[in-house]
Amino acid sequence: MGAYVAKRLLAAIPVLFGLSIIVFVIMALIPGDPALAILGSFATPENVAKLNQDLGLDKPMVQQYFIWLGNMLQGDFGRSYTLNRPVIDEVLERFSATLILAGPALVLCSIFGLLAGVISAVKQYSWADKGLTFTVLIGISMPSFWLGLLLIFSFAVKWRLFPPSGMYAIYGGGDLPDLIHHLTLPAITLAVVATGVIARLTRTSMLEVLRQDYIRTARAKGIKERRVIYVHAFKAAMVSVIPVIGIQAGFVLGGAVYIETVFQWPGIGSMLVKAISTRDLLLVQGGVLVVAAAYVLFNLLVDVIQSILDPRLR
Amino acid sequence: MSETTIETPTKKKKSGGRPSTLRLLLNNTLATAGLVVLAFVFVVALAAPLLPLVNPDVTEPANRLQPLFADGHLLGTDALGRDILSRLIWGTRVSLAVGVSATLIAAFIGSLIGLVAGYAGGRTDNLLMRGIDMIMAFPYILLALAIVAALGPGLLNALYAIAVVNIPFFARNIRGITVGLSRREFVDAARLSGKSNASILFGEILPNVLPVIIITMSTTIGWMILETAGLSFLGLGAQPPQADLGSMLGDGRKILFTAPHVSIIPGVMIFILVMSINLLGDGVRDVLDPRLKSGALARPVMRTAVMRDQVPDIAPQEDATLDMQGLKTEFHVGSDVYKAVGGVDLKVRQGECLGLVGESGSGKSVTAMSIMGLVPTPPGRIVGGAALLEGEDLFSKSDEEIRLLRGLAVSHVFQDPLSTLHPLFTIGDQLVEAIRAHQVISHKDAMARAEELLKTVRIPNPAERLKVYPHELSGGMRQRVCIAMALANDVKLIIADEPTTALDVTVQAQVLSLLNKLRQERNVGILFITHDFGVVSTMCDRIAVMYGGKIVETGTTEEILSSPAHPYTEKLIACVPVLGEPDRRLDAIEGRPPVVNALPDGCAFAERCPYAKDDCRKGDLALTDLGEGRTVRCLYPVSGDKAKQGECDV
Ligand code: SF4
Repeated sequence: MGAYVAKRLLAAIPVLFGLSIIVFVIMALIPGDPALAILGSFATPENVAKLNQDLGLDKPMVQQYFIWLGNMLQGDFGRSYTLNRPVIDEVLERFSATLILAGPALVLCSIFGLLAGVISAVKQYSWADKGLTFTVLIGISMPSFWLGLLLIFSFAVKWRLFPPSGMYAIYGGGDLPDLIHHLTLPAITLAVVATGVIARLTRTSMLEVLRQDYIRTARAKGIKERRVIYVHAFKAAMVSVIPVIGIQAGFVLGGAVYIETVFQWPGIGSMLVKAISTRDLLLVQGGVLVVAAAYVLFNLLVDVIQSILDPRLR
Repeated sequence: MSETTIETPTKKKKSGGRPSTLRLLLNNTLATAGLVVLAFVFVVALAAPLLPLVNPDVTEPANRLQPLFADGHLLGTDALGRDILSRLIWGTRVSLAVGVSATLIAAFIGSLIGLVAGYAGGRTDNLLMRGIDMIMAFPYILLALAIVAALGPGLLNALYAIAVVNIPFFARNIRGITVGLSRREFVDAARLSGKSNASILFGEILPNVLPVIIITMSTTIGWMILETAGLSFLGLGAQPPQADLGSMLGDGRKILFTAPHVSIIPGVMIFILVMSINLLGDGVRDVLDPRLKSGALARPVMRTAVMRDQVPDIAPQEDATLDMQGLKTEFHVGSDVYKAVGGVDLKVRQGECLGLVGESGSGKSVTAMSIMGLVPTPPGRIVGGAALLEGEDLFSKSDEEIRLLRGLAVSHVFQDPLSTLHPLFTIGDQLVEAIRAHQVISHKDAMARAEELLKTVRIPNPAERLKVYPHELSGGMRQRVCIAMALANDVKLIIADEPTTALDVTVQAQVLSLLNKLRQERNVGILFITHDFGVVSTMCDRIAVMYGGKIVETGTTEEILSSPAHPYTEKLIACVPVLGEPDRRLDAIEGRPPVVNALPDGCAFAERCPYAKDDCRKGDLALTDLGEGRTVRCLYPVSGDKAKQGECDV
């Protein structure tokens, strides 16, 4: 087990390197003078020249990359010119807000996705199955930002059950109930698509597993059908569902970009959108790198959970 | 599923080619609905310049924020007084163009990478796929954002970004198929005939991966339309005055509270578009990928359906543990009916081993699995006959009664012990479960009992073995575990379905002698299903030979082995002279067993029988009694002198 975790950790290192290279290459795509792009259009020529030197932009590409990487590894992501504060501070602050949103969304979509998938599979071809399958299809076809608007319009504007935006109430907020109150609508919106994907996959893999020889064996032993389905089949189906939950975490993190914009959630997604439109490229770069690295680490965790479930992987 | 020879109906229809593919698609109501809606949207979008629409960009401040159904503005106007209907149609046009182009770009580059990686293999493959993995390591939309950030906001840049992040889906799927294809004979043949790599790749392999490319396109195009709309919604895609559905939605968002229709309408359009694509895509996938066809994924219920026209009235016999009479089991696939078992009588006495012998496709496994209702339903169903277990008809019992008998009175040992044991539970857990399904004892006592069981089947270090998982044991050990599981309770009958076929010869002999010894010690009846006469001779007291879903000969093992009466039995014996010699197996008989949805008139074996005469092909043949418990279903049974003395057509 320990050896397996160590192996996965080691395997994550080249992936993290790869990420950094891709981000570096993308930033190198920026047309024109990068230092000018980074500092914005009001930069003085002296500042541009200084930044060019700081970033090592007068040196060859490979060398530039390692200087850049060295800075990153020391936590130096540069300074945001629009906010005039270190990129890393802003990114971490925003990212924690995103996690507060994405975490519950991921839990929601896992629970409801598994539930819907299992019910569909167990009651295959019933009305419940058809209804769920169709609902799921609606869920994955819906633009999440539009769903967010619909929810705001009905639950926040019409019925005034939930606040339309933000993370805390401006006056007298800040405690946990207030947070949950603000969190409900965006978390549900964020979870919808992923719920659909997980439900679909759970249904398919439950059906797949229920045809396996070991399910026949379980039935031949005379154990209760409920146990056959919810213990034997479900556990085996989870082997193919869990990696997909890992992938969905990526979609939830990405989807946060829309949802945070719609609900004005002060997370990294809305930060990125703003940074892109103000051309604050160091902020974009830092945000993308941190989220991507977190995603890699999360998938590492998923792999470990997977190996606990499936002894054949250890 | 069963070993019965079943030609799947999908195969037959698929060979018909393209028109039938479309027909299959149209059979699916939802897919058809998707196709119709999508076609309508496409036509309207394409015809936009011809339609009598107001210029979508003409502002009319006096008429701003008109509601739905306003005069001259069916869907109202937006914040600048522009006609929403006109903007919607023109915006749909842009969204569709962007989504389709992004899909084509991603499909082209991704498929190319996949083809080259899969075909070249080795270092090229490794390098390309590592690169793809890197792209996949990003959360999907985040990478697109980074690309847009670098290139700058704009519809074209959004298009590129979305295409890039979708490349991996194509590359991975296409590579997987290509790897398999490039090892196939037709590729080797093309290579030997001196074709260049490029012409093999695009001439031979590409046509075969096309369905996968189409399937992947059908899954990704919906996302791509959604994501490009999303980027526009964020203000990173279409820039004014150009508008797509996403940017219309984004504009309308600011006035959501006062004029919700301005943002809701383009959202509805995106939803309709993506939903119809998904419905159609699901249909396309079902047609192109038969494995996913809903019928093929039907979930077997806990017990075979029993649908007998009448319940036969059978007098129980004193000495029989199992007395099966007139069993008929069928598979209903679509409108086809496969009569896998067409009226089978079997009797197993206490402590007796009955060998049920036949080729694959003869219906022997279906017969055996019918007893405790383990034939998968759908598509299987028992349509006639009765199976008496100690005088009581199993087919009349309730599901719960059957469950309580499974593993308690009748247990099973199956063919491949790797697939029949649950891979995620330890041996101990699985044994304990079998014990506690029928006995009320504590987990600890059950563990002790499980350890004993492992000792009974002579597994060394039983205490440690309880903690291991099936994949950590050898094939022989696994089958011993299965036998131990079959003995977990005080069973009267063991149904062993080819229990040694998956094992190698020495292990086979060990497992057989173990089963035999346990049978004698515990006086358990065994129904032993096999295709191997060598195995039969060491195990069984009596033999029943099956062909085409019917018993063709019965008798004691010695008699049948020394003087087979049915020409089929004769051939079977001739083909397997040595225990476990793998090259001379039953399936070495010339010809194939009949397909059970088209059984011939008269003797089912006539096609392959060396003694066949004209009258063999007429009417139903009865099982004739030869005396002393021997029966045969043949008009011209082989007698000792005329026997050809076993020629095996290898
Ligand atoms: S009935 Fe005729 S065809 Fe059939 S096995 Fe006997 S001899 Fe052969």
